[in-house]
Amino acid sequence: MAEKFDVIIVGAGPAGSAAANVLAKAGLKVIMIERGEYPGAKNVMGGVLYRHQLQEIIPDFLDEAPLQRPIVEQRFWMLDENSAFQFGHKDLSWAKPPHNNFTVFRAQFDQWFAKKAVEQGALLVNETVVTEAIVEDGRVIGVRTDRPDGDIYADIVILADGVNSLLAKQLGFHKELKTSEVALATMQVINLPAEKIEDRFNLEPNQGATIEVFGDSTKGMVGTGFIYTNKDSISIGTGTLLSDLVKNNVRPHELLETFKQHPMVRKLIEGGEPKEYLAHLIPEGGYHSIPKLVGHGVMVVGDAAQLVNGIHREGSNLAMASGKLAAETAIMAKEVNDFSENVLDTYRIKLMESFVGQDLKKYKDATHMMAKQPQYFNEYLPLLNRAASEMFTVDGTSKWDKQKKIIGMVQERGMFKTAIDLYRMWKVMK
Amino acid sequence: MHIVVCVKQVPDTSVVKLDPVTNTLDRSSAPSIINPYDAHAVEEAVRLKKKYGGKVTIVSMGPPMATAVIKKSIELGADEGVLISDRAFAGSDTLATSYALTQAINKIAEKEPVDLIFAGKQAIDGDTAQVGPGIARRMNIPVLAQVDKVESYSQDNNVIRVRRKLEDGHEIVESKLPCLITVEKEINELTYSPLTNMIKAARYEPVIWTTNDIEVDRSQLGLKGSPTVVGKIFAPPKQSGGEKIEGTAQEVVDIVMDKLINVHGLFAKEGV
Ligand SMILES: Cc1cc2nc3c(=O)[nH]c(=O)nc-3n(C[C@H](O)[C@H](O)[C@H](O)COP(=O)(O)OP(=O)(O)OC[C@H]3O[C@@H](n4cnc5c(N)ncnc54)[C@H](O)[C@@H]3O)c2cc1C
Ligand SMILES: Cc1cc2nc3c(=O)[nH]c(=O)nc-3n(C[C@H](O)[C@H](O)[C@H](O)COP(=O)(O)OP(=O)(O)OC[C@H]3O[C@@H](n4cnc5c(N)ncnc54)[C@H](O)[C@@H]3O)c2cc1C
Repeated sequence: MAEKFDVIIVGAGPAGSAAANVLAKAGLKVIMIERGEYPGAKNVMGGVLYRHQLQEIIPDFLDEAPLQRPIVEQRFWMLDENSAFQFGHKDLSWAKPPHNNFTVFRAQFDQWFAKKAVEQGALLVNETVVTEAIVEDGRVIGVRTDRPDGDIYADIVILADGVNSLLAKQLGFHKELKTSEVALATMQVINLPAEKIEDRFNLEPNQGATIEVFGDSTKGMVGTGFIYTNKDSISIGTGTLLSDLVKNNVRPHELLETFKQHPMVRKLIEGGEPKEYLAHLIPEGGYHSIPKLVGHGVMVVGDAAQLVNGIHREGSNLAMASGKLAAETAIMAKEVNDFSENVLDTYRIKLMESFVGQDLKKYKDATHMMAKQPQYFNEYLPLLNRAASEMFTVDGTSKWDKQKKIIGMVQERGMFKTAIDLYRMWKVMK
Repeated sequence: MHIVVCVKQVPDTSVVKLDPVTNTLDRSSAPSIINPYDAHAVEEAVRLKKKYGGKVTIVSMGPPMATAVIKKSIELGADEGVLISDRAFAGSDTLATSYALTQAINKIAEKEPVDLIFAGKQAIDGDTAQVGPGIARRMNIPVLAQVDKVESYSQDNNVIRVRRKLEDGHEIVESKLPCLITVEKEINELTYSPLTNMIKAARYEPVIWTTNDIEVDRSQLGLKGSPTVVGKIFAPPKQSGGEKIEGTAQEVVDIVMDKLINVHGLFAKEGV
């Protein structure tokens, strides 16, 4: 007879393992089913991991989590062909515990995070694909896997199966993702000796920096480039809305190669040895793309619920926060022995009240607006660069005249149009 | 039938890198896996168990992380597993390895007599193919090496009949049990493990024995018990030279014969 659990979790990424940690700690009988050879085997992230949500689940993670470098500086580049308008923030207090955020390798981190859940008593089964949710009388009562005797049952199934959640689709929670709702990101890990990294990025040992790049990194399409420092390597990547890639007929790996060749970037990675090449989808639809989150006996968390804040490149923390809230709801449901949608809806309400729901709501129109209004990426960023160049080039022109020239540039675009665009930007970001 | 299978954890040599300076395996460059031959040994043991009843016990020697290959064996259908792990085993060559494994199997047999022992033909890292036969010799039981098929087993007279792979053919042999069989990969196709086995393996906590748990003569363990001296390790030189001979069949044969006889001096020995 197939075994019955309190909770089955599909997928052992940050969302699934967060849920498993919380559930197992509370003594529930929980199993994670992961299709990878091990958790994280195929998972991809830039990746900056945020302290706060992890600490809520594993308070002493600092002593044992496989972290690369704590980030002390976050830089932003508005890139043009031969120039970059830069700003950033460096805070050396982030070099000390409790730190702010860290670079990580997902293949290592996910394995560790899942192992912590196993230590608490969760079961982990790898190399097994969940093919469908078993539904009876409108309730999800278990899952079917691709293995012989592959059915197992549970009071609750948590879908943490990532961006292209086939199970949420099977349940009719969301439709096929639109190409304008996902970004395709490609990245490379490039080995470079620690001292070189520290020299080039102006860092002390065990300090890290991140650079987020807008503009020329994605050839004017909606998306970003990123450069993150690990211990002995650099992660570099570009991500662009799939719809833009298709529309502009650009191949993602070519975009990354062009980005790597950019004069602002080339020197940072020079002499490095490519170690790994990765590609993955990122949910970018934001608030409007959040699917139905609960049903009878089922909850959807993390990327499967499209919980990514593209503007702030936050995803793993939203995944963990949602996994934790779903787990807490499951514990409560177990107490009252009621697994109906009504009870599980607590998860949705809590999620929407939390920073996850609030942040996604705040930027609910940002990606759509930028996708529809390409001028932000392909006109304003070059404009900003030209303006900065003009201002900082010392050529005997008075600053008054320079200002006039810059205003002239804006007027070229149309004062009124620019004002509308600025207002529109303000509206989606406010 | 109580079957014991010897399972070794090895670096995946299909991806392992050779350190160009020291010419040793850079073990950190490769994930650890179950020795592929041993997975087939477990599979065969499990098939026999299903047919004739009984139990499959795994034994492995290695560092604590080698419990992973025991769990893997449980996924494949084994019932139990023991890892023998102790600093005293470090540096063991095939002589010391077979000694330690033999002592572990003896202890397993105390609880439940062992009818059959399986090992892989060879480990993909050490490649010596000595440990299986070494265990058989120490236990004073017959060894059937390089088996690619179990033909039959007769419960009545407790005899197993197997097919051995030879360089130029096959050999069908029989042995009374208990005996030790080392297997080729062709002996079977691995079964895609049922979910129940996966869950059992996820739960399973392998037993770990140290030198306190098995009776051992310490002088026969680890470096002390290992007479093997590594003279030199090197990467085989890349083949060079060679030429491609083209033409009709007759022309090609003529050129080759000419080279063999006149250039390389075939039949040129004096007096021939
Ligand atoms: C290039 C890139 C850079 C990013 N950078 C950042 C960053 O810097 N910071 C940040 O916070 N976020 C970043 N993100 C986003 C972040 O990676 C995701 O938001 C996060 O991984 C979501 O976690 P998850 O657990 O929901 O999903 P995932 O991490 O995708 O995990 C899903 C898991 O489910 C498994 N699975 C899927 N289907 C099945 C099935 N049918 N059966 C069994 N198992 C299944 C998968 O193998 C996987 O292990 C980035 C993403 C990308 C692609
Ligand atoms: C020249 C040489 C030098 C070496 N030097 C060292 C050294 O300095 N330090 C060191 O640690 N190692 C050393 N080794 C490795 C070690 O001696 C062997 O790996 C080990 O004794 C097993 O031999 P093998 O790998 O050739 O296995 P094989 O004899 O090829 O394996 C055959 C079968 O025996 C069984 N088996 C083998 N080993 C185990 C095991 N550990 N647990 C369970 N079953 C097993 C398996 O069923 C396997 O399929 C050396 C090996 C060689 C060839």
